[in-house]
Amino acid sequence: MLATRVFRLVGNRALSTSICLRGGHGVAKVEDYTLPAYFDRRESPLPDIKFVQQLSPEQKSLKEKEKGSWAALSKEEKIALYRISFKESFAEMNKGTGEWKSVVAGIFFFIGFTGLVVLWQRKYVYGDVPHTFDPEYKQKEVQRMLDMRINPVEGFSAKWDYENNAWKK
Amino acid sequence: MSLAKPAMRGLLAKRLRFHLPIAFGLSLVAAAAFKFTVTEPRKQAYADFYKHYDSTKEFNAMREAGVFESVRPTRK
Repeated sequence: MLATRVFRLVGNRALSTSICLRGGHGVAKVEDYTLPAYFDRRESPLPDIKFVQQLSPEQKSLKEKEKGSWAALSKEEKIALYRISFKESFAEMNKGTGEWKSVVAGIFFFIGFTGLVVLWQRKYVYGDVPHTFDPEYKQKEVQRMLDMRINPVEGFSAKWDYENNAWKK
Repeated sequence: MSLAKPAMRGLLAKRLRFHLPIAFGLSLVAAAAFKFTVTEPRKQAYADFYKHYDSTKEFNAMREAGVFESVRPTRK
């Protein structure tokens, strides 16, 4: 508005008229996502719009019949009216998808694949274990633990028979 | 259309009145079970071990095995 007043002072009539006309900046295009939408959701049972927006002629006549007494409607007609307003029933929208089977299958598959990766690593990546893992070394370790009487009451050395130099039966 | 008005207050108190005695009872049972399966047998095992324990004999056996640094095995 300020701009048109300035131009009127300057005397540029053509420009000022066009700016006056476009004062409202036109109308924006209506996007789909701004309009009310239909959705099947348990927690909000009544969506903003009916499911079927363009009624066929039979549906139109059914809607006219709906305006009368509902006792006159047959069972199929009532179901047809429901399906005009709603896409899925509660039972249909709530039922499970069986997606968990795919998830579990994926879990098992990737665990298996990880196992293969680990085996490959053991063969091609890791070096030798230290010499302290040799059986003879391990034997000497066990003998030393028994000599030191490690856990003699309830634990390690309690299971060794010192008289007969063998593990207790 | 004459349903009874649902309980609006005291819901936590009602739940606690039901569950707290159960919780206490189960805790006591757990403690008693642990006492009689773990601590009492362990105390008995230690008592039995030390009833006929000859520390000098054990010491000499360990000395001969060579695990000590303060005393070496006796020279033959």
